Amino acid sequence: MYSDNPRKFIGGVHPDDGKALSCEKPIRIAPLLEKYIVPIPQNIGKPPKVIVNKGDLVKKGQLIAEADGFVSVPLHAPTSGTVGETVLIPGAVGTMIPAVEIISDGQDEWGSALEPIPDWKNTDREILKKRIFDAGIIGMGGAAFPSHVKLSPPPEKVIDTLILNGAECEPYLTADHRLMLEHPNDVLEGAAIAAKILKVNRVFVGIEENKQNAIDAMKEIAGKYGIKIVPLRVRYPQGAEKQLIMAITGRHVVAGGLPMDVGCVVQNVGTCAAIRAAVVEGHPLIERMTTITGSPVKDPCTWQLRIGTPVAEALKMAGGVIAPAAKLILGGPMMGFAQATLDGAVAKNSSGILLLQAEETGQYTSNPCIRCGRCVDACPMRLLPGPISVLVESEKYDQAEQAFVMDCVECGACSYVCPANRPLIQHFRRAKAEINALRRAGKK
Amino acid sequence: MSEENMKQVEEVVLPPAGSLLLSTSPHVHQGESITTIMLKVLICLMPAIVASICMFGLNALLVLLYCTAFCTVFEYLWNLLLKQPQTVKDLSAVLTGVILAMNLPATVPWWICLIGSFVAIIIAKQIFGGLGQNPFNPAAVARVALLIGFAGPMTEWINPMQGFATTSEFTTGATPLGTAQMAAGTEKALTTFESLESADALMQSFVGNVGGSLGETSALAILLGGIGLIVFRLIKWQIPFAIIGTTMLFTWLVSTVNPTLTPGALFHVCSGGLMLGAFFMATDMVTSPITHRGAFIYGVMIGLITCVIRIWGAYPDGVSFAIVIMNALVPLIDRICYKRPFGWSPASASALQMRRNEVK
Amino acid sequence: MLEIILISAGVVAVLGLILGLLIAITAKKFEVETDPRIEEVQELLPGANCGACGYAGCADMANAIVTKGVAPSTCPVTNEEKQAEIAKVLGQEVGEAKEKMVAVVFCGGSISRAGRNAQYNGVMDCRSASIVANGGGKACRYGCLGFGSCARACPFGAIEMRDGLAVVHPELCRGCGKCLGICPRKLIRLVPAKAKVHVYCNSLDKPQQKRKYCSVTCLTCRKCVKAAPDSMNVQDQLIRVIYSNPPDPSFVEGVKCPTGALQTEESHRCLVPKAAADGKEK
Repeated sequence: MYSDNPRKFIGGVHPDDGKALSCEKPIRIAPLLEKYIVPIPQNIGKPPKVIVNKGDLVKKGQLIAEADGFVSVPLHAPTSGTVGETVLIPGAVGTMIPAVEIISDGQDEWGSALEPIPDWKNTDREILKKRIFDAGIIGMGGAAFPSHVKLSPPPEKVIDTLILNGAECEPYLTADHRLMLEHPNDVLEGAAIAAKILKVNRVFVGIEENKQNAIDAMKEIAGKYGIKIVPLRVRYPQGAEKQLIMAITGRHVVAGGLPMDVGCVVQNVGTCAAIRAAVVEGHPLIERMTTITGSPVKDPCTWQLRIGTPVAEALKMAGGVIAPAAKLILGGPMMGFAQATLDGAVAKNSSGILLLQAEETGQYTSNPCIRCGRCVDACPMRLLPGPISVLVESEKYDQAEQAFVMDCVECGACSYVCPANRPLIQHFRRAKAEINALRRAGKK
Repeated sequence: MSEENMKQVEEVVLPPAGSLLLSTSPHVHQGESITTIMLKVLICLMPAIVASICMFGLNALLVLLYCTAFCTVFEYLWNLLLKQPQTVKDLSAVLTGVILAMNLPATVPWWICLIGSFVAIIIAKQIFGGLGQNPFNPAAVARVALLIGFAGPMTEWINPMQGFATTSEFTTGATPLGTAQMAAGTEKALTTFESLESADALMQSFVGNVGGSLGETSALAILLGGIGLIVFRLIKWQIPFAIIGTTMLFTWLVSTVNPTLTPGALFHVCSGGLMLGAFFMATDMVTSPITHRGAFIYGVMIGLITCVIRIWGAYPDGVSFAIVIMNALVPLIDRICYKRPFGWSPASASALQMRRNEVK
Repeated sequence: MLEIILISAGVVAVLGLILGLLIAITAKKFEVETDPRIEEVQELLPGANCGACGYAGCADMANAIVTKGVAPSTCPVTNEEKQAEIAKVLGQEVGEAKEKMVAVVFCGGSISRAGRNAQYNGVMDCRSASIVANGGGKACRYGCLGFGSCARACPFGAIEMRDGLAVVHPELCRGCGKCLGICPRKLIRLVPAKAKVHVYCNSLDKPQQKRKYCSVTCLTCRKCVKAAPDSMNVQDQLIRVIYSNPPDPSFVEGVKCPTGALQTEESHRCLVPKAAADGKEK
């Protein structure tokens, strides 16, 4: 199955990656702030239930919200201090979400209830899985899917491969790159823990070839854990789950299927580092690597930020802006979310805070599709984005569904190349929302 | 006061509220727009434009200018009258004008250019809803309309290389395709074909030293531009390859079976509007299939229809007819040639069908 | 010559005769019995095919009225006269007349009155905007998005977009309720047509917050509630008219709402400036 020459997926684009802004700079550890605003709904599934009240004293790493059900993860205090108000802040997608304020006492005192398990190799798998759940770990690449769920495949699915996603194909972002370069052991040990939980011994790390120094750093110690490093072709969206699995194992995930259908589990490298911190050090997930970058940012760099760092404070750390910014994006430029205000806060899946100037961003128009077919060539899912968008525009959702709009992964490659600057992804999200609503109504 | 000043100096600048743009992802763009695409196609047309002016002199330039100007003006007026956003800037009307001129003989009067531009821009394009909505290639429709409506001036081919002589001094003659058609099936057929297919005649035809419309004469110039189109990825390469390939194959077959019916493959490729049609007209993005497989089928069909019209039809050349006919079939081709998504399998298809049934 | 004409005329005549006979036979043989009343009822229905009754258009509805005994008043669009006529066709008693309802857009935040915290760039459609960017750049997350999806959906052309705000013309509105489901912010409701006074606000934020982003928001000062406690009612962070007992239009004059959220339907329409040329409209 595995070969040294990873396969190429059809389609994709090669955007200007903008990684040079921050990829040479070492990770900086953010200073302690006076106030953190921890968003409550961070994971896919049910949001956790807050268990602290205003005025309570909390320690760093203390539980502030407990999981509500299986597909849900707990939340922890980013620092020691007092619990403040519960406020509404704009979430990444724009809707208002509740968030708990933690006012720092300046001591930054640990109070985690999690005991370190340095000897994880001889620990029961269920205990490790429970630890990952207790530490509140979710997919840190962006999906925010609870990791313990991913590591608990149903018994009928045979999992034989664990793939670490270190492709970081999003332009501008260097969080995973710096993490792999500076803390390769954290990533690989976390991967080994995940592999133990899944009982697999085939572990691959997929890294795009433009991060040669990270590949070298990882390769140096990968042998210790029996993990293979796979350099991947530089092509967006190489880090998309299905494309990554295809490139490394040659297996095709069926449309509408999950990686576990082909015996694979994919974890982000940041998630693996968090797993190691939770197991070996007993630290819950309260920090992550986030790239604060973009041409208007004074000092673009990758930072180790606490979850709950307000976006405005994060930008201040990076020195503010030196040029007028037209767009503030949480995440990368291809799949991130544009923000209306600076009131948001860093969540467990915020891989980047990106500012773009007006001339760097594409301005969408409602020009008609000229059927040039560039989107068709760019689509990694081999769909027909242009014709589908025309169907959605005239609200023909049933026809759009027949044209496989539900298989769209919203990677944005089609919009990126569209010469008519059509907001294709917006059309597809609309269609998916409407079709899902129809399905729900049909099930009732 | 000074303290406050100090604070202001320390204060880092953040983007002001209310100024940020909200939109869906992706937030970056390749930078190519409709205008730049049209501009690139126009640049690729330059060799053909230069060749036509060299061959037919000032008249060719006039026809080019008339058509471009009329097309632009019609587009502008239509948008003005219908209070639509102005679309002249996207250069699609200019491109239509140039391609229309490429389809006309150098001697046509200005009013034919006017009628052609009207048919192309208003009837073939704007009536259907403008750029992106037109089912037929505007220039091909205009050429067909003019050819049927004004057969006289549209088939008066002057001989090239007469410098900047005035209209009255031109000598006219038949195009190689016309000569071939007249001779076909008669006793003179073989000798005529032989002279048409001689290396010298073919070379003249390839370079463009023969009668014909502006863009029909020089296969070489069109080929140069066509390579540009493929290199800049402005067209699907399958279309010209399929058209030219099919034409060569089919005419070779027919001329081998019955040498008195039609000249050989090379003659057909070098003469008439085949090159122009294959590279610049059939490949029009709006009116050609969107998938590569569809583009191939489309090209093959155009090649076949062209050959049938050339060999058995009433007109010496049939490229524009073939293009218009196949334009009409593009939605059907697109329907057959949909792509199966990544990871598609019969199982996933039936699962999709089940989900859809659930909804119903 | 004459011969040719005669032959061709004869052929055509015979052919016509045969075909006519064939059609007559098939029509007789495969005749489907339909109630003639269905057509009559359908004539009396509005014919807008809006679907508000829950049937697939007016023909389906007419069929349901005649064959399934569905009450003509199920059609929210017909008036009483027409309903009486339908009842006459069916030979039924006229059912109790339903109260006429009209749609109201509970928002006064036109472009010039409501603040924006960002610039929107994308599909000019409320539902698309609400999915990806939480409804465009308007600071108020309860108010009208202003892309006119309801106006495009209205089968009677009763909703007008004025200065980025949807305004209902009650004289054109037939109360079919199609716009209610289209609006992603759910700020259109059906109210009895006799009510002429409305509180044009839908924001559930705290008054201090509301004041920051909109000049015509309801600040729940209760001035109107004190003036007419039977007709006005505080709900959450909003004051609503009690539609079972709506106040008189002159009530608005008397109360003098400090922000102007309380308006009569007419004054509300007059206050929103008519856009000179709305380029965004499709």
